[in-house]
Amino acid sequence: MTTPPPPPTTTAHTSPNTAAPAPGSRNSRNSLSAINYFRTTATATRVLRQLAHDPRTIALLLLIPCVMLFLLRYVFDGSPRTFDSIGASLLGIFPLITMFLVTSIATLRERTSGTLERLLTMPLGKADLIAGYALAFGTLAIIQSALATGLAVWFLDLDVTGSPWLLLVVAVLDALLGTALGLFVSAFAASEFQAVQFMPAVIFPQLLLCGLFTPRPDMHPVLEAISNALPMSYAVDGMNEVLKHTDVTANFIRDVLIVAGCALLVLGLGAATLRRRTT
Amino acid sequence: MTPPPRTRTIHRMMNSVSDPPDHPAVRAQDLSIVRGSRTVLRSLDFTVPPGQITGLLGPSGCGKSTLMRAIVGTQAKVMGTLEVLGLPAGATPLRSRIGYVTQAPSVYDDLTVRQNLDYFAAILDPGRAAAERRRASVTRAITDVDLTSHADALAGNLSGGQRSRVSLAVALLGTPELLVLDEPTVGLDPVLRRDLWTLFHTIAADRGATLLISSHVMDEAERCHRLLLMREGQLLADDTPDALRTRTGAETVEAAFLHLVDEAVAASAPEKERAR
Repeated sequence: MTTPPPPPTTTAHTSPNTAAPAPGSRNSRNSLSAINYFRTTATATRVLRQLAHDPRTIALLLLIPCVMLFLLRYVFDGSPRTFDSIGASLLGIFPLITMFLVTSIATLRERTSGTLERLLTMPLGKADLIAGYALAFGTLAIIQSALATGLAVWFLDLDVTGSPWLLLVVAVLDALLGTALGLFVSAFAASEFQAVQFMPAVIFPQLLLCGLFTPRPDMHPVLEAISNALPMSYAVDGMNEVLKHTDVTANFIRDVLIVAGCALLVLGLGAATLRRRTT
Repeated sequence: MTPPPRTRTIHRMMNSVSDPPDHPAVRAQDLSIVRGSRTVLRSLDFTVPPGQITGLLGPSGCGKSTLMRAIVGTQAKVMGTLEVLGLPAGATPLRSRIGYVTQAPSVYDDLTVRQNLDYFAAILDPGRAAAERRRASVTRAITDVDLTSHADALAGNLSGGQRSRVSLAVALLGTPELLVLDEPTVGLDPVLRRDLWTLFHTIAADRGATLLISSHVMDEAERCHRLLLMREGQLLADDTPDALRTRTGAETVEAAFLHLVDEAVAASAPEKERAR
Protein backbone atom coordinates (compact mmCIF):
# COMPACT_ATOMS: atom_id res chain seq x y z
CA MET A 1 0.00 0.00 0.00
CA THR A 2 1.31 3.41 -0.87
CA THR A 3 0.88 6.28 1.50
CA PRO A 4 -0.62 9.44 0.06
CA PRO A 5 2.14 11.58 -1.38
CA PRO A 6 2.46 15.24 -0.51
CA PRO A 7 0.58 17.48 -2.87
CA PRO A 8 2.58 18.56 -5.88
CA THR A 9 4.36 21.83 -5.60
CA THR A 10 3.65 23.10 -9.07
CA THR A 11 0.66 23.17 -11.30
CA ALA A 12 1.11 23.02 -14.99
CA HIS A 13 -0.50 25.51 -17.28
CA THR A 14 -1.29 25.43 -20.91
CA SER A 15 0.42 27.47 -23.51
CA PRO A 16 -1.31 30.56 -24.81
CA ASN A 17 -2.13 28.96 -28.18
CA THR A 18 -4.68 26.66 -26.62
CA ALA A 19 -6.02 29.37 -24.36
CA ALA A 20 -9.66 29.89 -24.91
CA PRO A 21 -12.31 32.53 -24.73
CA ALA A 22 -14.07 33.35 -21.51
CA PRO A 23 -14.54 30.24 -19.40
CA GLY A 24 -18.27 30.66 -19.67
CA SER A 25 -18.51 29.97 -23.38
CA ARG A 26 -18.68 26.21 -23.23
CA ASN A 27 -19.79 25.63 -26.76
CA SER A 28 -16.62 27.26 -28.07
CA ARG A 29 -18.44 28.85 -30.93
CA ASN A 30 -15.12 30.11 -32.19
CA SER A 31 -14.01 26.64 -33.18
CA LEU A 32 -15.43 27.10 -36.65
CA SER A 33 -13.73 30.39 -37.28
CA ALA A 34 -10.14 29.25 -37.05
CA ILE A 35 -8.73 26.14 -38.65
CA ASN A 36 -5.51 24.91 -37.13
CA TYR A 37 -3.39 23.93 -40.12
CA PHE A 38 -1.30 21.38 -38.26
CA ARG A 39 -4.21 19.60 -36.58
CA THR A 40 -6.09 19.51 -39.90
CA THR A 41 -3.21 17.91 -41.78
CA ALA A 42 -2.57 15.54 -38.87
CA THR A 43 -6.21 14.44 -39.13
CA ALA A 44 -5.96 14.02 -42.91
CA THR A 45 -2.77 11.99 -42.50
CA ARG A 46 -4.46 9.79 -39.93
CA VAL A 47 -7.47 9.13 -42.19
CA LEU A 48 -5.15 8.26 -45.09
CA ARG A 49 -3.08 5.99 -42.83
CA GLN A 50 -6.26 4.16 -41.84
CA LEU A 51 -7.04 3.67 -45.52
CA ALA A 52 -3.49 2.54 -46.20
CA HIS A 53 -4.12 -0.44 -43.93
CA ASP A 54 -7.07 -1.32 -46.17
CA PRO A 55 -5.67 -1.68 -49.70
CA ARG A 56 -8.75 -3.47 -50.96
CA THR A 57 -10.93 -0.44 -50.32
CA ILE A 58 -8.43 1.78 -52.12
CA ALA A 59 -8.35 -0.59 -55.09
CA LEU A 60 -12.14 -0.75 -55.30
CA LEU A 61 -12.39 3.01 -54.96
CA LEU A 62 -9.98 3.67 -57.79
CA LEU A 63 -10.90 0.85 -60.16
CA ILE A 64 -14.69 0.72 -60.11
CA PRO A 65 -15.24 4.08 -61.89
CA CYS A 66 -12.74 3.01 -64.57
CA VAL A 67 -14.43 -0.35 -65.07
CA MET A 68 -17.87 1.31 -65.27
CA LEU A 69 -16.67 3.81 -67.88
CA PHE A 70 -15.08 1.01 -69.86
CA LEU A 71 -18.34 -0.92 -69.72
CA LEU A 72 -20.35 2.13 -70.72
CA ARG A 73 -18.09 2.82 -73.69
CA TYR A 74 -18.99 -0.55 -75.23
CA VAL A 75 -22.64 -0.44 -74.13
CA PHE A 76 -22.91 2.65 -76.34
CA ASP A 77 -20.61 1.20 -78.98
CA GLY A 78 -23.00 2.25 -81.74
CA SER A 79 -23.64 5.81 -80.54
CA PRO A 80 -20.45 7.58 -79.44
CA ARG A 81 -22.37 10.85 -78.95
CA THR A 82 -24.42 9.25 -76.17
CA PHE A 83 -21.27 7.94 -74.57
CA ASP A 84 -19.79 11.45 -74.63
CA SER A 85 -22.77 12.92 -72.80
CA ILE A 86 -23.38 10.14 -70.28
CA GLY A 87 -19.67 9.48 -69.78
CA ALA A 88 -18.99 13.12 -68.96
CA SER A 89 -21.91 13.20 -66.52
CA LEU A 90 -20.73 10.03 -64.83
CA LEU A 91 -17.24 11.47 -64.39
CA GLY A 92 -18.95 13.96 -62.09
CA ILE A 93 -21.29 11.49 -60.41
CA PHE A 94 -18.84 8.71 -59.50
CA PRO A 95 -16.70 10.75 -57.11
CA LEU A 96 -19.82 12.12 -55.45
CA ILE A 97 -21.26 8.65 -54.79
CA THR A 98 -18.06 6.91 -53.70
CA MET A 99 -16.96 9.74 -51.43
CA PHE A 100 -20.45 9.90 -49.95
CA LEU A 101 -20.31 6.21 -49.05
CA VAL A 102 -16.74 6.21 -47.77
CA THR A 103 -17.19 9.33 -45.65
CA SER A 104 -20.52 8.36 -44.14
CA ILE A 105 -19.16 4.99 -43.01
CA ALA A 106 -15.84 6.42 -41.84
CA THR A 107 -17.42 9.15 -39.73
CA LEU A 108 -20.05 6.77 -38.42
CA ARG A 109 -17.24 4.52 -37.22
CA GLU A 110 -15.60 7.52 -35.62
CA ARG A 111 -18.82 8.27 -33.78
CA THR A 112 -19.55 4.72 -32.63
CA SER A 113 -15.98 3.75 -31.68
CA GLY A 114 -15.76 6.54 -29.11
CA THR A 115 -12.81 8.18 -30.87
CA LEU A 116 -14.99 11.16 -31.79
CA GLU A 117 -15.90 11.72 -28.16
CA ARG A 118 -12.25 11.39 -27.21
CA LEU A 119 -11.20 13.87 -29.89
CA LEU A 120 -13.82 16.35 -28.76
CA THR A 121 -12.45 16.24 -25.20
CA MET A 122 -9.11 17.24 -26.72
CA PRO A 123 -8.09 20.62 -28.11
CA LEU A 124 -9.32 19.76 -31.61
CA GLY A 125 -11.65 22.18 -33.37
CA LYS A 126 -14.64 20.71 -35.14
CA ALA A 127 -13.54 22.54 -38.26
CA ASP A 128 -10.10 20.89 -37.99
CA LEU A 129 -11.70 17.47 -37.95
CA ILE A 130 -14.04 18.16 -40.86
CA ALA A 131 -11.39 19.90 -42.92
CA GLY A 132 -9.06 16.97 -42.21
CA TYR A 133 -11.62 14.51 -43.55
CA ALA A 134 -12.33 16.71 -46.56
CA LEU A 135 -8.60 16.99 -47.27
CA ALA A 136 -7.97 13.24 -47.01
CA PHE A 137 -10.92 12.15 -49.14
CA GLY A 138 -10.37 15.09 -51.49
CA THR A 139 -6.86 13.78 -52.15
CA LEU A 140 -8.26 10.35 -52.85
CA ALA A 141 -10.91 11.88 -55.11
CA ILE A 142 -8.25 13.69 -57.14
CA ILE A 143 -6.51 10.38 -57.82
CA GLN A 144 -9.78 8.63 -58.60
CA SER A 145 -10.99 11.40 -60.91
CA ALA A 146 -7.63 11.71 -62.65
CA LEU A 147 -7.63 7.98 -63.42
CA ALA A 148 -11.24 7.96 -64.64
CA THR A 149 -10.92 11.17 -66.66
CA GLY A 150 -7.61 10.07 -68.18
CA LEU A 151 -9.04 6.72 -69.18
CA ALA A 152 -12.20 8.25 -70.65
CA VAL A 153 -10.48 11.00 -72.63
CA TRP A 154 -7.37 9.21 -73.88
CA PHE A 155 -8.36 5.57 -74.18
CA LEU A 156 -12.14 5.50 -74.56
CA ASP A 157 -12.30 8.46 -76.98
CA LEU A 158 -14.60 10.54 -74.84
CA ASP A 159 -14.94 13.59 -77.05
CA VAL A 160 -14.74 16.74 -74.94
CA THR A 161 -14.60 20.14 -76.61
CA GLY A 162 -13.17 21.88 -73.55
CA SER A 163 -10.13 21.07 -71.46
CA PRO A 164 -10.04 17.73 -69.57
CA TRP A 165 -8.59 19.74 -66.67
CA LEU A 166 -11.94 21.44 -66.27
CA LEU A 167 -13.58 18.00 -66.03
CA LEU A 168 -11.16 17.24 -63.23
CA VAL A 169 -12.02 20.47 -61.40
CA VAL A 170 -15.73 19.62 -61.42
CA ALA A 171 -15.00 16.01 -60.40
CA VAL A 172 -12.99 17.11 -57.38
CA LEU A 173 -15.69 19.55 -56.29
CA ASP A 174 -18.25 16.77 -56.66
CA ALA A 175 -16.10 14.56 -54.46
CA LEU A 176 -16.01 17.32 -51.87
CA LEU A 177 -19.79 17.56 -52.06
CA GLY A 178 -20.04 13.78 -51.57
CA THR A 179 -17.73 14.00 -48.55
CA ALA A 180 -19.84 16.80 -47.11
CA LEU A 181 -23.13 14.95 -47.60
CA GLY A 182 -21.68 11.74 -46.16
CA LEU A 183 -20.40 13.56 -43.10
CA PHE A 184 -23.76 15.20 -42.60
CA VAL A 185 -25.97 12.12 -42.91
CA SER A 186 -23.68 10.02 -40.70
CA ALA A 187 -25.05 12.08 -37.81
CA PHE A 188 -28.49 10.62 -38.46
CA ALA A 189 -27.41 7.02 -38.87
CA ALA A 190 -27.17 4.83 -35.79
CA SER A 191 -25.59 1.91 -37.62
CA GLU A 192 -23.79 1.00 -40.84
CA PHE A 193 -27.06 -0.48 -42.13
CA GLN A 194 -28.76 2.87 -41.84
CA ALA A 195 -25.78 4.73 -43.27
CA VAL A 196 -25.82 2.61 -46.42
CA GLN A 197 -29.57 3.15 -46.76
CA PHE A 198 -28.96 6.89 -46.85
CA MET A 199 -27.35 6.46 -50.25
CA PRO A 200 -30.59 5.58 -52.06
CA ALA A 201 -32.34 8.22 -49.96
CA VAL A 202 -29.95 11.09 -50.62
CA ILE A 203 -28.21 10.18 -53.87
CA PHE A 204 -30.77 8.35 -56.03
CA PRO A 205 -33.33 11.19 -56.26
CA GLN A 206 -30.55 13.50 -57.36
CA LEU A 207 -29.36 10.89 -59.85
CA LEU A 208 -32.84 10.67 -61.40
CA LEU A 209 -33.31 14.44 -61.54
CA CYS A 210 -29.81 15.61 -62.47
CA GLY A 211 -30.36 15.38 -66.21
CA LEU A 212 -28.47 12.16 -66.75
CA PHE A 213 -31.48 10.29 -68.14
CA THR A 214 -33.32 13.12 -69.79
CA PRO A 215 -32.56 16.85 -70.16
CA ARG A 216 -33.91 18.74 -67.17
CA PRO A 217 -36.08 21.16 -69.23
CA ASP A 218 -38.00 18.12 -70.57
CA MET A 219 -39.14 17.09 -67.09
CA HIS A 220 -42.46 17.90 -65.46
CA PRO A 221 -42.16 21.54 -64.29
CA VAL A 222 -42.41 20.51 -60.64
CA LEU A 223 -39.56 18.02 -61.03
CA GLU A 224 -37.53 20.56 -62.96
CA ALA A 225 -37.99 23.04 -60.12
CA ILE A 226 -36.84 20.40 -57.64
CA SER A 227 -33.87 19.53 -59.81
CA ASN A 228 -32.93 23.21 -59.80
CA ALA A 229 -32.55 22.98 -56.05
CA LEU A 230 -30.37 19.84 -56.03
CA PRO A 231 -26.60 20.25 -56.20
CA MET A 232 -25.93 17.20 -58.42
CA SER A 233 -27.85 18.91 -61.25
CA TYR A 234 -25.17 21.60 -61.37
CA ALA A 235 -22.40 19.02 -61.24
CA VAL A 236 -23.80 17.39 -64.38
CA ASP A 237 -24.51 20.76 -66.05
CA GLY A 238 -20.93 21.78 -65.40
CA MET A 239 -19.61 18.61 -67.03
CA ASN A 240 -21.82 19.20 -70.06
CA GLU A 241 -20.56 22.77 -70.40
CA VAL A 242 -17.01 21.43 -70.69
CA LEU A 243 -18.25 18.81 -73.16
CA LYS A 244 -19.76 21.41 -75.52
CA HIS A 245 -17.65 24.56 -75.17
CA THR A 246 -13.97 25.20 -75.70
CA ASP A 247 -13.81 28.10 -73.26
CA VAL A 248 -14.78 28.52 -69.66
CA THR A 249 -18.36 29.74 -69.97
CA ALA A 250 -20.30 31.86 -67.53
CA ASN A 251 -22.61 28.90 -66.98
CA PHE A 252 -19.65 26.72 -66.12
CA ILE A 253 -18.47 29.18 -63.50
CA ARG A 254 -21.98 29.41 -62.07
CA ASP A 255 -22.25 25.60 -61.87
CA VAL A 256 -18.86 25.25 -60.22
CA LEU A 257 -19.63 27.97 -57.68
CA ILE A 258 -22.96 26.38 -56.81
CA VAL A 259 -21.42 22.93 -56.27
CA ALA A 260 -18.61 24.41 -54.17
CA GLY A 261 -21.03 26.55 -52.21
CA CYS A 262 -23.28 23.57 -51.49
CA ALA A 263 -20.27 21.53 -50.37
CA LEU A 264 -19.19 24.24 -47.93
CA LEU A 265 -22.73 24.74 -46.67
CA VAL A 266 -23.21 21.02 -45.99
CA LEU A 267 -19.75 20.80 -44.39
CA GLY A 268 -20.88 23.57 -42.06
CA LEU A 269 -24.07 21.66 -41.28
CA GLY A 270 -21.93 18.57 -40.66
CA ALA A 271 -19.84 20.54 -38.17
CA ALA A 272 -23.02 21.51 -36.37
CA THR A 273 -23.88 17.83 -35.86
CA LEU A 274 -20.65 17.27 -33.90
CA ARG A 275 -21.54 17.98 -30.31
CA ARG A 276 -19.01 18.13 -27.52
CA ARG A 277 -21.69 17.55 -24.92
CA THR A 278 -24.18 14.74 -25.34
CA THR A 279 -26.74 13.23 -23.02
CA MET B 1 7.40 0.05 -4.09
CA THR B 2 9.67 2.92 -5.01
CA PRO B 3 9.26 3.52 -8.72
CA PRO B 4 12.36 3.93 -10.81
CA PRO B 5 13.26 7.53 -11.54
CA ARG B 6 11.85 8.75 -14.82
CA THR B 7 13.19 11.29 -17.18
CA ARG B 8 10.42 13.78 -17.32
CA THR B 9 9.73 15.24 -20.69
CA ILE B 10 9.68 18.96 -20.59
CA HIS B 11 6.25 19.86 -21.69
CA ARG B 12 4.55 22.93 -23.02
CA MET B 13 4.17 24.58 -19.65
CA MET B 14 7.90 25.33 -19.46
CA ASN B 15 7.67 29.06 -19.75
CA SER B 16 4.46 29.58 -17.87
CA VAL B 17 3.95 30.67 -14.31
CA SER B 18 3.83 27.97 -11.70
CA ASP B 19 1.79 28.46 -8.59
CA PRO B 20 0.72 26.08 -5.86
CA PRO B 21 -2.67 24.44 -6.44
CA ASP B 22 -4.91 26.58 -4.28
CA HIS B 23 -7.97 24.80 -5.65
CA PRO B 24 -9.04 21.16 -5.53
CA ALA B 25 -8.67 19.17 -8.74
CA VAL B 26 -12.44 18.77 -8.87
CA ARG B 27 -15.05 20.60 -6.83
CA ALA B 28 -18.73 19.74 -7.07
CA GLN B 29 -21.46 21.60 -5.31
CA ASP B 30 -25.11 20.63 -5.56
CA LEU B 31 -24.29 18.77 -8.77
CA SER B 32 -27.24 17.08 -10.46
CA ILE B 33 -27.63 15.49 -13.85
CA VAL B 34 -30.97 14.65 -15.39
CA ARG B 35 -31.24 12.29 -18.31
CA GLY B 36 -34.71 12.28 -19.81
CA SER B 37 -37.01 11.92 -16.82
CA ARG B 38 -34.40 10.15 -14.72
CA THR B 39 -32.16 11.95 -12.25
CA VAL B 40 -28.83 10.19 -12.71
CA LEU B 41 -26.89 12.24 -10.17
CA ARG B 42 -28.63 13.82 -7.21
CA SER B 43 -27.18 16.92 -5.59
CA LEU B 44 -23.58 15.77 -5.11
CA ASP B 45 -21.10 17.72 -2.97
CA PHE B 46 -17.49 16.61 -2.97
CA THR B 47 -13.95 17.65 -3.74
CA VAL B 48 -11.12 15.68 -5.27
CA PRO B 49 -7.78 16.69 -3.72
CA PRO B 50 -4.90 17.36 -6.11
CA GLY B 51 -1.95 15.00 -6.52
CA GLN B 52 -3.77 11.96 -5.17
CA ILE B 53 -5.65 8.93 -6.40
CA THR B 54 -9.36 9.14 -5.72
CA GLY B 55 -11.39 6.02 -6.29
CA LEU B 56 -14.94 6.33 -7.52
CA LEU B 57 -16.73 3.19 -6.45
CA GLY B 58 -20.19 1.83 -6.67
CA PRO B 59 -22.28 -0.80 -8.41
CA SER B 60 -22.66 -0.55 -12.19
CA GLY B 61 -25.38 1.88 -13.19
CA CYS B 62 -24.92 4.09 -10.13
CA GLY B 63 -23.80 7.10 -12.19
CA LYS B 64 -20.00 6.75 -12.09
CA SER B 65 -19.54 7.12 -15.84
CA THR B 66 -21.99 10.00 -16.05
CA LEU B 67 -20.10 11.84 -13.33
CA MET B 68 -16.83 11.27 -15.18
CA ARG B 69 -18.34 12.49 -18.43
CA ALA B 70 -19.50 15.62 -16.62
CA ILE B 71 -15.99 16.22 -15.29
CA VAL B 72 -14.36 15.92 -18.71
CA GLY B 73 -17.10 18.08 -20.23
CA THR B 74 -18.90 15.67 -22.54
CA GLN B 75 -22.10 15.36 -20.51
CA ALA B 76 -24.98 17.66 -21.34
CA LYS B 77 -27.51 19.03 -18.85
CA VAL B 78 -25.22 19.38 -15.85
CA MET B 79 -26.78 21.44 -13.08
CA GLY B 80 -25.09 22.96 -10.07
CA THR B 81 -21.41 23.83 -9.71
CA LEU B 82 -18.67 21.67 -11.15
CA GLU B 83 -15.16 23.07 -11.24
CA VAL B 84 -12.19 21.20 -12.67
CA LEU B 85 -8.66 22.51 -12.00
CA GLY B 86 -10.26 25.80 -10.96
CA LEU B 87 -12.28 26.24 -14.18
CA PRO B 88 -15.87 25.34 -15.03
CA ALA B 89 -15.97 21.74 -16.31
CA GLY B 90 -15.77 21.65 -20.08
CA ALA B 91 -13.92 24.97 -20.39
CA THR B 92 -11.74 25.02 -23.49
CA PRO B 93 -8.35 25.41 -21.72
CA LEU B 94 -9.04 22.17 -19.85
CA ARG B 95 -8.99 20.10 -23.03
CA SER B 96 -5.22 19.79 -23.09
CA ARG B 97 -4.92 19.36 -19.31
CA ILE B 98 -7.17 16.33 -18.79
CA GLY B 99 -6.62 12.75 -19.88
CA TYR B 100 -9.80 10.71 -20.22
CA VAL B 101 -10.26 6.99 -20.77
CA THR B 102 -13.73 5.67 -21.52
CA GLN B 103 -14.81 2.16 -20.53
CA ALA B 104 -14.71 0.88 -24.09
CA PRO B 105 -11.27 1.47 -25.63
CA SER B 106 -11.55 4.44 -27.97
CA VAL B 107 -8.72 3.99 -30.44
CA TYR B 108 -8.53 3.42 -34.18
CA ASP B 109 -8.51 -0.31 -34.83
CA ASP B 110 -7.08 0.18 -38.30
CA LEU B 111 -3.98 2.03 -37.10
CA THR B 112 -0.96 0.67 -35.28
CA VAL B 113 -0.42 1.47 -31.62
CA ARG B 114 2.22 4.04 -32.49
CA GLN B 115 0.14 5.61 -35.28
CA ASN B 116 -2.76 6.00 -32.86
CA LEU B 117 -0.56 7.75 -30.34
CA ASP B 118 1.17 9.87 -32.99
CA TYR B 119 -2.18 11.25 -34.09
CA PHE B 120 -3.51 12.05 -30.63
CA ALA B 121 -0.15 13.57 -29.67
CA ALA B 122 -0.34 15.83 -32.73
CA ILE B 123 -3.77 17.04 -31.62
CA LEU B 124 -2.57 17.72 -28.05
CA ASP B 125 0.71 19.35 -28.91
CA PRO B 126 0.62 20.58 -32.51
CA GLY B 127 3.33 22.22 -34.58
CA ARG B 128 6.48 21.12 -36.32
CA ALA B 129 8.63 22.55 -33.53
CA ALA B 130 7.08 20.11 -31.07
CA ALA B 131 7.94 16.99 -33.13
CA GLU B 132 10.76 15.85 -30.84
CA ARG B 133 8.68 16.41 -27.71
CA ARG B 134 5.78 14.48 -29.24
CA ARG B 135 8.02 11.56 -30.15
CA ALA B 136 9.32 11.37 -26.58
CA SER B 137 5.81 11.63 -25.20
CA VAL B 138 4.56 8.80 -27.44
CA THR B 139 7.49 6.54 -26.55
CA ARG B 140 6.98 7.19 -22.84
CA ALA B 141 3.24 6.46 -23.05
CA ILE B 142 3.91 3.15 -24.86
CA THR B 143 6.48 2.22 -22.22
CA ASP B 144 4.13 3.24 -19.41
CA VAL B 145 1.49 0.74 -20.49
CA ASP B 146 4.09 -1.90 -21.35
CA LEU B 147 3.24 -2.21 -25.05
CA THR B 148 6.71 -1.52 -26.48
CA SER B 149 6.82 -4.95 -28.13
CA HIS B 150 3.45 -4.29 -29.78
CA ALA B 151 4.07 -0.70 -30.86
CA ASP B 152 3.79 -1.56 -34.55
CA ALA B 153 0.85 -3.96 -34.28
CA LEU B 154 -2.58 -2.91 -35.50
CA ALA B 155 -4.76 -1.99 -32.53
CA GLY B 156 -7.53 -4.14 -33.99
CA ASN B 157 -5.31 -7.21 -33.82
CA LEU B 158 -4.55 -6.80 -30.11
CA SER B 159 -6.35 -8.53 -27.27
CA GLY B 160 -9.05 -6.69 -25.36
CA GLY B 161 -6.73 -5.92 -22.46
CA GLN B 162 -4.02 -4.66 -24.79
CA ARG B 163 -6.46 -2.40 -26.63
CA SER B 164 -7.65 -0.87 -23.38
CA ARG B 165 -4.01 -0.18 -22.54
CA VAL B 166 -3.57 1.62 -25.88
CA SER B 167 -6.57 3.72 -24.89
CA LEU B 168 -4.92 4.43 -21.54
CA ALA B 169 -1.66 5.36 -23.25
CA VAL B 170 -3.51 8.03 -25.25
CA ALA B 171 -4.71 9.58 -22.00
CA LEU B 172 -1.15 9.61 -20.62
CA LEU B 173 0.19 11.66 -23.54
CA GLY B 174 1.44 15.13 -22.79
CA THR B 175 1.54 14.93 -18.99
CA PRO B 176 -2.08 15.69 -18.10
CA GLU B 177 -2.77 17.27 -14.71
CA LEU B 178 -5.95 15.29 -14.19
CA LEU B 179 -6.55 11.73 -15.35
CA VAL B 180 -10.13 10.52 -15.45
CA LEU B 181 -10.11 6.76 -15.92
CA ASP B 182 -13.36 4.86 -16.28
CA GLU B 183 -12.77 1.26 -15.14
CA PRO B 184 -9.26 1.05 -16.60
CA THR B 185 -8.51 -2.37 -15.13
CA VAL B 186 -11.66 -4.20 -16.22
CA GLY B 187 -10.89 -7.52 -17.85
CA LEU B 188 -7.18 -7.43 -17.06
CA ASP B 189 -5.29 -10.24 -15.38
CA PRO B 190 -4.04 -9.78 -11.78
CA VAL B 191 -0.42 -9.14 -12.79
CA LEU B 192 -1.38 -6.40 -15.23
CA ARG B 193 -3.77 -4.89 -12.74
CA ARG B 194 -1.03 -4.70 -10.15
CA ASP B 195 1.36 -3.15 -12.69
CA LEU B 196 -1.21 -0.57 -13.71
CA TRP B 197 -1.89 0.42 -10.11
CA THR B 198 1.85 0.81 -9.59
CA LEU B 199 1.86 3.03 -12.67
CA PHE B 200 -1.05 5.09 -11.32
CA HIS B 201 0.84 5.67 -8.07
CA THR B 202 3.96 6.61 -10.01
CA ILE B 203 1.98 9.11 -12.06
CA ALA B 204 0.49 10.67 -8.93
CA ALA B 205 3.77 10.76 -7.01
CA ASP B 206 6.29 11.66 -9.73
CA ARG B 207 4.25 13.62 -12.21
CA GLY B 208 2.06 15.32 -9.62
CA ALA B 209 -1.12 14.36 -11.44
CA THR B 210 -4.52 13.85 -9.89
CA LEU B 211 -6.23 10.58 -10.74
CA LEU B 212 -9.91 9.83 -10.56
CA ILE B 213 -10.41 6.13 -11.16
CA SER B 214 -13.73 4.35 -11.23
CA SER B 215 -14.14 0.70 -10.44
CA HIS B 216 -16.73 -1.68 -9.19
CA VAL B 217 -14.04 -4.03 -7.89
CA MET B 218 -13.84 -3.23 -4.22
CA ASP B 219 -10.37 -4.64 -3.60
CA GLU B 220 -9.00 -1.88 -5.83
CA ALA B 221 -10.42 0.63 -3.37
CA GLU B 222 -7.69 -0.23 -0.91
CA ARG B 223 -5.13 1.13 -3.35
CA CYS B 224 -6.66 4.62 -3.47
CA HIS B 225 -5.78 7.58 -1.26
CA ARG B 226 -9.38 8.64 -1.08
CA LEU B 227 -12.72 7.09 -1.95
CA LEU B 228 -16.02 8.35 -3.21
CA LEU B 229 -18.65 5.69 -2.67
CA MET B 230 -21.70 6.05 -4.88
CA ARG B 231 -25.06 4.36 -5.02
CA GLU B 232 -28.05 5.25 -7.17
CA GLY B 233 -26.72 8.69 -8.05
CA GLN B 234 -25.89 9.67 -4.51
CA LEU B 235 -22.68 9.81 -2.51
CA LEU B 236 -22.57 7.46 0.46
CA ALA B 237 -19.10 8.41 1.59
CA ASP B 238 -16.15 10.67 0.77
CA ASP B 239 -13.21 9.57 2.90
CA THR B 240 -9.93 7.67 3.09
CA PRO B 241 -10.12 3.86 3.06
CA ASP B 242 -8.77 3.75 6.63
CA ALA B 243 -11.28 6.27 7.96
CA LEU B 244 -14.09 4.41 6.22
CA ARG B 245 -13.14 1.14 7.88
CA THR B 246 -12.76 2.79 11.27
CA ARG B 247 -16.05 4.62 10.99
CA THR B 248 -18.05 1.55 10.05
CA GLY B 249 -16.06 -0.91 12.15
CA ALA B 250 -15.61 -3.03 9.02
CA GLU B 251 -12.51 -5.01 8.08
CA THR B 252 -12.55 -4.24 4.38
CA VAL B 253 -13.78 -1.40 2.20
CA GLU B 254 -16.27 -3.83 0.70
CA ALA B 255 -17.77 -4.53 4.12
CA ALA B 256 -17.78 -0.80 4.86
CA PHE B 257 -19.59 -0.13 1.60
CA LEU B 258 -22.24 -2.76 2.34
CA HIS B 259 -22.67 -1.32 5.81
CA LEU B 260 -23.22 2.15 4.34
CA VAL B 261 -25.68 0.81 1.74
CA ASP B 262 -27.75 -0.86 4.46
CA GLU B 263 -27.69 2.37 6.44
CA ALA B 264 -28.82 4.38 3.41
CA VAL B 265 -31.60 1.93 2.61
CA ALA B 266 -32.81 2.07 6.21
CA ALA B 267 -32.70 5.87 6.18
CA SER B 268 -34.50 6.27 2.84
CA ALA B 269 -37.34 3.82 3.58
CA PRO B 270 -39.27 6.09 6.00
CA GLU B 271 -38.52 9.05 3.74
CA LYS B 272 -40.27 7.34 0.86
CA GLU B 273 -43.22 6.63 3.12
CA ARG B 274 -43.49 10.29 3.96
CA ALA B 275 -43.24 11.29 0.33
CA ARG B 276 -46.39 9.36 -0.39
